[in-house]
Order: sequence, then structure tokens, then C-alpha cells
Amino acid sequence: VTALVTMAPRGRSGLGRSLAELGLLLLAILVLLDGTVQSLEAATSSEIDTHEGKPGTHKNTSKKSFPVLGIKYEDVSVPFEIALWVLLASLMKLGFHLIPRLSNVVPESCLLISVGLLVGGILKLARDEVPPVLSDRIFFLCLLPPIILDAGYFLPIRPFVENIGTILMFAVVGTLWNAFFVGGLIYAVCQIAQDKYSEIDLSNIGILPCLLFGSIISAVDPVAVLAVFEEIHINELLHILVFGESLLNDAVTVVLYHLFEEFMESGSVSAVDALLGLVSFLIVALGGVLVGAFYGILAAFTSRFTSHTRVIEPLFVFLYSYMAYLSAEVFHLSGIMSLIACGAVMRPYVEANISHKSHTTIKYFLKMWSSVSETLIFIFLGVATVEGEHHWNWVFLTSTVILCLVARVIGVVGLTFIINKFRIVKLTTKDQFIIAYGGLRGAIAFSLGFILHSEHKRIFLTAIITVIFFTVFVQGMTIKPLVELLAVKKKHEAKRSINEEIHTRFLDHLLTGIEDICGHYGHHHWKNKLNRFNKKYVKKILIAGDRSKEPQLIAFYHKLEMKNAIQMVESGGGSKLNSTFPSTVSMQNIQPKIHSPPSARPSERALPQLTKGREEEIRQILRTNLQKTRQRLQSYNRHTLVVDPDEEGFDDLILKKRRMMELDWKLKQMTNYLTVPRPQGSPTMSRARMASDSQAYVKPGAENVPTIKIDLASPQSPDSVRLLDEVVQDQGLTMSLPSSSSRAYKTSGKDDGRDQQKLLRCLSDPGPDVDDDEDYDDDEPVPT
Amino acid sequence: MGALKSTPAPIEHHDLSEKTGFSLRQIRVLHKRFKQLSEGDDVLRREDFLGISSLKYNPIRKEIIEAFFNRRNFSPSCEGRANEIDFEEFLVVMSHFKPPCSKMTDEQRKNIRREKLKFIFNMHDSDGDGLITLEDYRHVVEELLSRSGALGKETSRAIADAAMFEVARTVGHRDPDEFYEGITFEHFLKLLSNFDIESRMNIRFLKTDVIPGCRLG
Repeated sequence: VTALVTMAPRGRSGLGRSLAELGLLLLAILVLLDGTVQSLEAATSSEIDTHEGKPGTHKNTSKKSFPVLGIKYEDVSVPFEIALWVLLASLMKLGFHLIPRLSNVVPESCLLISVGLLVGGILKLARDEVPPVLSDRIFFLCLLPPIILDAGYFLPIRPFVENIGTILMFAVVGTLWNAFFVGGLIYAVCQIAQDKYSEIDLSNIGILPCLLFGSIISAVDPVAVLAVFEEIHINELLHILVFGESLLNDAVTVVLYHLFEEFMESGSVSAVDALLGLVSFLIVALGGVLVGAFYGILAAFTSRFTSHTRVIEPLFVFLYSYMAYLSAEVFHLSGIMSLIACGAVMRPYVEANISHKSHTTIKYFLKMWSSVSETLIFIFLGVATVEGEHHWNWVFLTSTVILCLVARVIGVVGLTFIINKFRIVKLTTKDQFIIAYGGLRGAIAFSLGFILHSEHKRIFLTAIITVIFFTVFVQGMTIKPLVELLAVKKKHEAKRSINEEIHTRFLDHLLTGIEDICGHYGHHHWKNKLNRFNKKYVKKILIAGDRSKEPQLIAFYHKLEMKNAIQMVESGGGSKLNSTFPSTVSMQNIQPKIHSPPSARPSERALPQLTKGREEEIRQILRTNLQKTRQRLQSYNRHTLVVDPDEEGFDDLILKKRRMMELDWKLKQMTNYLTVPRPQGSPTMSRARMASDSQAYVKPGAENVPTIKIDLASPQSPDSVRLLDEVVQDQGLTMSLPSSSSRAYKTSGKDDGRDQQKLLRCLSDPGPDVDDDEDYDDDEPVPT
Repeated sequence: MGALKSTPAPIEHHDLSEKTGFSLRQIRVLHKRFKQLSEGDDVLRREDFLGISSLKYNPIRKEIIEAFFNRRNFSPSCEGRANEIDFEEFLVVMSHFKPPCSKMTDEQRKNIRREKLKFIFNMHDSDGDGLITLEDYRHVVEELLSRSGALGKETSRAIADAAMFEVARTVGHRDPDEFYEGITFEHFLKLLSNFDIESRMNIRFLKTDVIPGCRLG
């Protein structure tokens, strides 16, 4: 311990302030602190013993002086240590992302396990024994649920349901195959391999323990899969296949585990037991889902009434989900499936009911907890590796690893062969390879092994850890370059366009119609029936107010427009026109062709005729701005949440308010942007509004021109925007901002020519930074 | 299966199988359905479609029914609308919904894509002039939202306008003086280039993999 302490200052002074060093230093300090407090704990407890031993003598001795400073560690020991561990985990995460090269090559899970090994090693050296920190109760009750809830709540429902058959095949049949293959063959290996030098007699291991071992190790682990796949960004189909499999195989694992444990206790197996096992599987799986769905509906129903207590809305979501998990665990049902079902069922309704801020809160909290959980799990895995007693038997270990790999490959290939007969979009060889290679084992297998009550527990545990290490390190590290090498299709990062959304809906209805014409009740027909049932009954019950009537297309569009509007405001308005802005010229041209005599045509287009050069400039600016806003990512990963424009600091808006006002008056006639005509009380818009005061807007009169309005939900006072009344006279799109009539800017009396010039100057303005160069003299002074 | 084999398939069915790529069994089933819809007649009329009860809830049922009578869906060179269709034309329209074969060259995939997108294009383009104008598109969106009551009217206009503008932007509308008449088929293709229509626009019922060597009608 002292050696480390003396090392620390030397390191600090010698190597400067690179952040990595700082991180390692912090790590050392924390570990030391942990070690110190634990020895302190021992010290204080021994003090108490001696104290209690001689109460009488203490009373007789002279009164002790009042303790000014005392250490009473055992009162806070447990929370203190927990907090310390979580802090360590978070600092590690922080450290990794400060070293970019490392995080590109090595997946985070590997780094975390390494840190865990390091910490475990240090603790072992420091104190000669390491407290078992990864108790299975902590793991299953505290660390696992946040990750699963995060996964379930944000599960992409559409691809999941479309591929549910494939996923179930892999999860159920694949896991069964893996379990029996590995279990059976490892038994064979044990019988054959008679290692005279080893102290363990392998042939002692019966068939049932082997099968139990097989069932533990065969399950693909959602935590590990999530951790690795998040970083490689493969296409949605593969991601949902592997991930869905890892979630759903929990039911199989639970059943097999309990089944084999029971058999081991009772000592004999009969055919009836096997049948009961099958029934048990159905009960476990379906029961879990039903429990989850029940709690999900409760949560949705509760959220209907929370309009007056917005603050605790996220709490309901978390509590109901956790209750679902615990309730399922009580009855030995699959807790993971229950959690997934709860999250997936409640999400559409809850999101319709809760406020925007609650939605953000839920998202951030889930991501935060699941992130921390994942980090802790991997670190603990490392620590527990160092801590446990290991029985090394090379035969057992290597054959386990090899058998797992072989079983996975055969399983995937065989199942794909069958599945492809029923799929429209077939799985290619590349897909199969990724699915097989992505079958990572993780902490769930370890925990299940930890709670075994078998005499061979230690050798099983060693083997499990070996497999986990192998999959996480070897497969985890190499999967990224392999994905690049095989040129697997990556995730499609384009912005979801309104046209695609329209056509998705259109296609749904079209296919349903064709199925009806064929007289064929295919899955579109049933999906349509479910949707209609949902709309007619369920939504009315679970969603508050008239949100229940809003069709999906409109909700999608409102969200899109909202984001665009906020981006526009944030970017300072003015010359940085945003993505959905039609430039006046082109929107003008999209007008329905009015069949009027040619002489009347010029009057329709009252906009200035721009020269080609100017037009190009304008286009260039628009294009660069469009590209910026197009980069909205559809995917998320643990480390960087989706750049949600409406979550960005609105404090910046205050700064930009001034700038915007300065630019606004320059562009009095120019600015146009799309708006959605908000019918009074449209729930999405009012819900999405950040300010509590509602903003009225005025629709200008022009009827034959497609005027599109936006309702700018500014969190600031309405002072920041003004109604540009004068544009009413113009043809072409107008922007009507929520009015603050005192600021209405009048331009009467300006002639067209100057306005044109102003227009051009404004559009060629590269940005607000350069506006110092603009001369304001020839216009009215900027209203401040 | 045995019962079907005993009665020899009419010669027309063989020809149709050649032409559209359906298997003989599928043609039989569709023929039965055709007869059922047309109440024994040899031709189908619009009223026959209206009799299908489950179509009642479909917001775009008019367009779907029209698609069956749109001559442009029968063959690329035809124009105009028919008032009644016979079985062959019924099959040709249905063949647009065949699932893709497992092995396809890129060329074949592109052709299938074009075919399916052309079908949808024809559904949008109600007056048949080869362009989807703003009015056409507005109509499409209105129909889609027609079940949502008063909420839909104005919003659907706005959505259609926004979508239309997006098209204009996507296809790189260059010349400002030119009126953007409407979406041509080429623009439509470009617009939906990210939309994997060849795997989405199909009915499982009409799988053609039963024939050795897929025919891509």
C-alpha cells in the first residue's frame, strides 16, 4: 500500500498532466481509499469489541475529553462502498473516451473487464482477500433490470415483430440445440479424457451436471451483445436478430436451469418430467410476457391521469417496470421477457400522455442507469475472476470453448437453412456469419454459475469465465474489423423523410387492400385488424384527451416540423435557413399550375427575378445549411445520445435572440419557412411547446397560394420573434410568427428595388459572425 | 393437391403462367377468387370490388380499385382506363406483388423495383399524364388521413406541400424559372431510392419460388 502511495506523487510530477495519467491516478487513489476504509472498518469493529468487553472499567476511568474528530465508518460503510464503486466505474468510462484511439480499437467491454482485473488484483494484494462483490442478488435485482428496461423500452417494434419468427427460432431452438450439444459432448469428453496429473477426476462429472453446465453456457447474453454491437453499427436486421435472440432466450435458460437443477436433486429423470419441462417453458415464457403486459397497461393507464403531476411521471414508468420484473421473478417466470413486454407495451401510450420533459427524463435516466450498470457488471466480472478459486483443467476448458463455437456455428447454419424457406428476405452467408460470431456470452452465464450448488461448481465457473473472456475479448475485438472486411451492410443513417413515411403508410394500406381482394388473410390483414382495434378501443382508454385520435403520420410530421423550427431558431434564423424551408423561388414554382392566359402569369410570381449568379449563391448557402440539418442520426449508442435539437441549451437562445432580431429586420420580406397549421388545441403541438403560455398566430389571407405556417414554440418570451405583417401583400409563402404586436415591423414605403438588394445581400451573408460588415445606416436602426 | 391434378389445366392457364410467372396452382386459386368476385362473369367491374366487405375500412380503397382498371398497369404501352377487366389483366396487376426470388442479379432487382414503383406511381397519378402534381399528392395524403376526421384536412395539405417540396429539393431542382410541374417517374425513383420496396411490396401468398427457376414476369 505504501509503495503505491509513494509511487503516486512521483508519477504526477514526472509525467505531466496528461489525462490518462490523471485517470490512473484517480483509480489508484480510489482503490486505496477503498482498501483503507475496509481496513478501517475492521479496525473500528475491533475497537467496539474491546469497548464492549470492558464497560465497567471505562466508567471508572477518568472522563475522556470530548472527541472533536471521530471516525464512525460502519454506519455508512455499505452506501459508501457502493458509491465508491459506481464512481470508479464512471471515471473509468470517462477515461476511456478521452483516449480516442483506444476506444476505437478495443470495445469498451474488454477495457472494463481489464480494469476489473486490475482492481481485483490490487485489492487482493492490498488485503489478501477480496470481498465477493458480485453477489448474484445484486446482479439480478439491481444491475440487470436497468439494461433490460432500456433495451425493451427503446426496442424498435416494427423490425422486431416482422422478424419474430426468425428470432424465436434462434432463441428457442438454437439455445436448446446449444445446450444439449455442449452438455452432451462435454460429458463425452470428460469420460474420455483421463488426466492422470490433474487432481480433478473428470469422469466423476455426471451427465446431468454436464447438461446443466451446457444450459448455462449456451445462452447468448444481451448485455455483452449490446455492448459490442452498439459500436459496430451494423444494419438493423442483423442487430435485431442477434439482440432479439439474446433477450428471448432467457425463458429457455430459466426453464432448462431449473429443470436440470430439479433433476439433479431428485436424481432421476422420466418422460413425464420432460413433458412437464415443455409445459413449464410455455408457462415461463408466456407468463412472463403476460405479467409484463399487465404492468405495462397499468402504467399506460396511470399516465393518463398525470397531467397535473408531471414531475413524477418518469417514476411511474420505472416503478411499474421494476414491479413487472420482480413479480415475474417471484413466480420463477422469465423476468427479462416480462420487462421487455412491459416496456414495449406501455411505450406508445405513455409517450402520448406524458410531457416532453418527462420523456426526456425517462430517456436520459434509462440510458444513464443502463450505462452505469453495464460498466459495473464488466468491472465486477473482472474482480470476481481474480477473487475466485479456479480449477484449471486444460482439457475441460479448451474443449468447452471449442464446443461452444462449433455448436453455435452448426446451430446458426442449420436453422438458417430452415428459416430461409419461410422468409422473404433471405439471410445470406455473411448474415449467418455475423449472427454466429455475435453470439457472445456474458455476465448472466457467470451469475447463474455462481449460484450453482454443485460439487463441480468451481471447475464449471472457471470454464464459464474462460468462455466469457474468449467471446468478449477475441470475438468482441475482432468483430469490428471483420464487419469492415466482409463489407456487411451498415446501419442506414439517413434522415427519415416525410415521403418515406407517407409511402410506408400507403404501402401498409395497399397491401392490406390487395390481401382483402385476394381473399387471403395474411399478416397484413391481421395487423390491420389489430391496429383498428387499438385505435377504436385501447387508445381511447389509455390515452388522455384528444391525442388518442391523432394518426401516426400527423404525429410524425409534427415532430419533424417541431425539430426543424427549433433548429431554425437556434441557428440564429436569418440567413441560415433551415432544411424544410422552401426557397421562395422553388416553392413558388410548385404551385398548382393555374391555367391562366400567359399575360397573367408574371403577376403570379411577384418575387424578384434573380440573376443566375445570385441564384447559385443562394442555393449554395441553402445547400450547406440543409446538409447540416440532415445529419440527424437515427441510431443511438450508449455514449452519445441522439443529438436532439429540442434538448439543446435554450440559454443559447437568449444570446441568439439579439442576433436574430438584428437579422430579422434585414430579411423582412425574405424569410419563409414551412409551418403546420395548427388546428386549435392540437395535442402534439401544445404538448411539445416549451413555454407555458400559448401563442396565438395569425394566418395571412392568401388563399390560392399554399401558405404553410409554423407555430414557433419559443421558450422565451414572445419578444424574440415578430410578426412580419407586411409580407401579406406578397404572393408566395409567408412566415407568420407568433405575434408580439408591439414589435411589428412596418416596411411600408420601401420600394421594390431596395428590397431586392437587401434580399440579395442578406442571402449572401455567410453568417451572423460577419454581420459587423453590414451597414445599417440606410435603414431604420435595429430595434433593441 | 391430388384433386387438382386430375382435371387438366386449361391451355390459357399455361400461357398465363408463362406470362406472369405464377404457378399453375396459384393461377387456379386466383381464378377461383376471380369467379367469386365477378359472380360467375368473365369480367370484373368496379362494383364487384365494392362488394368486398373488408375493403370498407381501407382509406385508399378507391385508388386500389382504380389500379386494377388502369390500363397502364397492364402493359407499359397502354393508356387510359378500362371499365371491365378480364382474368388475364387481373393476374397482371396481381403479379406486381410477387415476392422477389432469392437469386437475383442487380439488373433484375432494378427492373423489379421499377415495376413496383411504377405501379405506385400510377396509383398517385390520377389523371394519367405521367406527372404527380401537387394536387395529386395532396389528394393522396388526404385519403391517407381521411379516417382522422377534421384534424386531417389542413394538416394533410401542409404535409403534402412539405413532401412535395422535399421532392423538389431531392431531385436538385436547378432552373428557378421553370415551373416545377410535378414529380416525374424518374424523380419518383430517385425520391424513394432508400425505400427497399422490392422486399416490402409483396404478398406472401403469391410466392413464386415453387417454380424451378424463377420467372420474373
